[in-house]
Amino acid sequence: MANNINLKIDGVDVQVEEGRTILDAARAINVHIPTLCYHEDLCVAGNCRVCVVEVTGARALVASCAMPVSEGMEVETNTLKVRSARKNIIELLLSEHNADCTNCYKNKQCELQDLASEYKTSGEQLYMDLVPLKNYTIDDFSPSIIKDDSKCIRCQRCVRTCEELQHVSALGVAYKGDKMKISTFFENSMFDVVCTNCGQCINRCPTGSLIERNYVDEVWDAIYDEKKHVVVQTAPATRVALGEDLGLEPGQVVTGKMVSALKRVGFDSVLDTDFTADLTIMEEGTELLTRLKKALVDKDPTAKLPMATSCSPGWIKFIEHTFPEYLDNLSTCKSPQQMFGALAKTYYAQKRGIDPENIVSVSIMPCVAKKFEADRPEMRSSGYKDVDYVLTTREMARMIRQAGLDFNALPEDSYDSIMGESSGAAVIFGATGGVMEAALRTAYEIVTGREVPFENLNITPVRGMDGVKEVTVKIEGTLPDWSFLEGAELKTVTAHGLTNAKLVMEKVKSGEADYHFIEIMACPGGCIGGGGQPIPTNMEIRKKRTEAIYMEDAGKPIRKSHENPEVVAIYKEFLGEPCGHKSHELLHTHYKARHRY
Amino acid sequence: MADKYGRKRENLLHILQGIVEQERYLSDVALTEVARELDLSAAQVYGTATFYTFLDTEPRGKYVIRVCRTISCDMKGKNRIIQAIEDALKVRLGETTQNNKFTLLETNCMGWCHEGPAMLINDQAYTNLTEEKVIEIINDYAKNK
Ligand code: SF4
Ligand code: SF4
Ligand code: SF4
Ligand code: FES
Ligand code: FES
Repeated sequence: MANNINLKIDGVDVQVEEGRTILDAARAINVHIPTLCYHEDLCVAGNCRVCVVEVTGARALVASCAMPVSEGMEVETNTLKVRSARKNIIELLLSEHNADCTNCYKNKQCELQDLASEYKTSGEQLYMDLVPLKNYTIDDFSPSIIKDDSKCIRCQRCVRTCEELQHVSALGVAYKGDKMKISTFFENSMFDVVCTNCGQCINRCPTGSLIERNYVDEVWDAIYDEKKHVVVQTAPATRVALGEDLGLEPGQVVTGKMVSALKRVGFDSVLDTDFTADLTIMEEGTELLTRLKKALVDKDPTAKLPMATSCSPGWIKFIEHTFPEYLDNLSTCKSPQQMFGALAKTYYAQKRGIDPENIVSVSIMPCVAKKFEADRPEMRSSGYKDVDYVLTTREMARMIRQAGLDFNALPEDSYDSIMGESSGAAVIFGATGGVMEAALRTAYEIVTGREVPFENLNITPVRGMDGVKEVTVKIEGTLPDWSFLEGAELKTVTAHGLTNAKLVMEKVKSGEADYHFIEIMACPGGCIGGGGQPIPTNMEIRKKRTEAIYMEDAGKPIRKSHENPEVVAIYKEFLGEPCGHKSHELLHTHYKARHRY
Repeated sequence: MADKYGRKRENLLHILQGIVEQERYLSDVALTEVARELDLSAAQVYGTATFYTFLDTEPRGKYVIRVCRTISCDMKGKNRIIQAIEDALKVRLGETTQNNKFTLLETNCMGWCHEGPAMLINDQAYTNLTEEKVIEIINDYAKNK
């Protein structure tokens, strides 16, 4: 056990573990110290110095986020010297900042603005307005991300996010001194570089410098257009996070209220991505079993193992850039969002008797990469753009606020039909390990005719926040068709965050691991920690959202994808069989190798 | 290059310098190659390249002229020197001549302050410059090198 250290903050005694910082200690006793470059998920940078405090005996002010506590330390967080130093720093930052708050996407959700208000910066500061002298650029070529250098305070949270969590380093620090800026390779657009569009940097940017490209106005236009039938789908992870942006505590399941709010906002049909998550399991499970058979029985070299999941578009773009030699190992299944889009303008349109031309398909996602995905040229198999607009959880919250709804007071409502029904297996897609668990629940049953041998169907070893989870499932008592799998050990691995994805892929590449099935989610924690989720997102909040997801699963009457009655119906009426001809046309896709910068 | 200097991150700077010596600037192709060899991201390599003034990321002429712009040289008339070079080469600051022979740039203090104004042509320093002297030097390069 670590030693405890005693210190005094503002005259109050505190005890914290050795190695913690002054900031940690202050938080433990609810003393607020402002921060900018600090983020719980990232290594300490200590570059903004807005967190300075006075330590008795130290000559200069110290940055509390970087300074470890020591025995007998006496800290003052609220002296005149501290307050004027902080105000000074904020004014300096503002002198280089295009503080155009009323027109800014982050207005009222901005950490810099909060500090300016807390420290009552006056505009009569010592520093002149340097903004007109700067040659700031705005990069808005990407369908996912807008990068506006005039709002950047160079805290480098984004750089650390992209390097530490994602191992992409699409953003770096370029130039020096007053020319220092956050830049991609040769200042190319985010659209043209290795950026995976995961949005993790957006989620951590304290200002409006990195934001999602938003489609709120386009969606309102579609809703107000009488001729258009606007369908909306909601991703699994949105229902356990949306509340946070509407005044609720993290960890609340708000499915019913969310559906109710979307109906009030004016969508013609409120449907569920969970339905196509179940469908994904049918398709991907079948694909896995077919590949196993081809590889193990027929010794067919084109059947590539391990097979990797394909529902996370950030992961897809990552592998396209970084491991293009493994594209054939990806499942050909589209993500649930894109399956939904393709079906909305075919199956749904037919069943409801609506001209697909007049359908506008909107999706609500915890994800920023899904915007890019919807724009991919491959994603038009219905003959139209399968998904017209992708909104993040944050954008949905904004629309609900714009509609003047009191979210918390809304009644619970349920999804429309068709394509609104789902199982518990679909809900857990939102958490790391969820796709793996859902696939195992179904695949095991197909092969053996029995349920997976885990209590209450809860495959707990694939759950949780460990970065890489290796789980082997022994298959016993197979049905005759699958006897070649008798006694086989299915080796799986589950990883979240692209840094962990890279570790897994390197093991595959070196031959160190011989997995059969790989689940990868680009975002830490899986979609519940997606780049489009409410800000802040950190470990504590990810855990709460995850608990909520498993609660929702446990409470569902149907827990397995293949038992979803709407899924059974769509195969009977429309698709034929999993991985059949029609599925291939609408629900599967291909990938392309991309360059490395 | 990576073979010559080794594939460690610490060697990045040497490798980049080596490329500049050979090719006079760091092209995007060269930088992505370096990134691949060192298992860094291209943006990280770009960051290093732009941090150091002597690592050019734009195509340059065979001879890169850098006139010191820092205070001592400035006070001793670096502007007139620059003007003289601009007139002689028919380029402006930051530009490269049509025949790709010369690029004219400014640089920060090089430690020749006591003998200013000073300039570098590639690695060769020239000090105590006057307008006449600088024209002479440039003509020499143009004719003989
Ligand atoms: S980033 Fe923040 S401070 Fe800057 S303009 Fe936007 S809201 Fe205002
Ligand atoms: S873009 Fe945002 S996160 Fe990145 S350095 Fe600028 S302000 Fe910080
Ligand atoms: S979106 Fe993701 S990959 Fe792209 S720069 Fe941000 S953190 Fe890096
Ligand atoms: S928050 Fe401590 S230095 Fe930035
Ligand atoms: S000021 Fe020019 S060399 Fe130092």
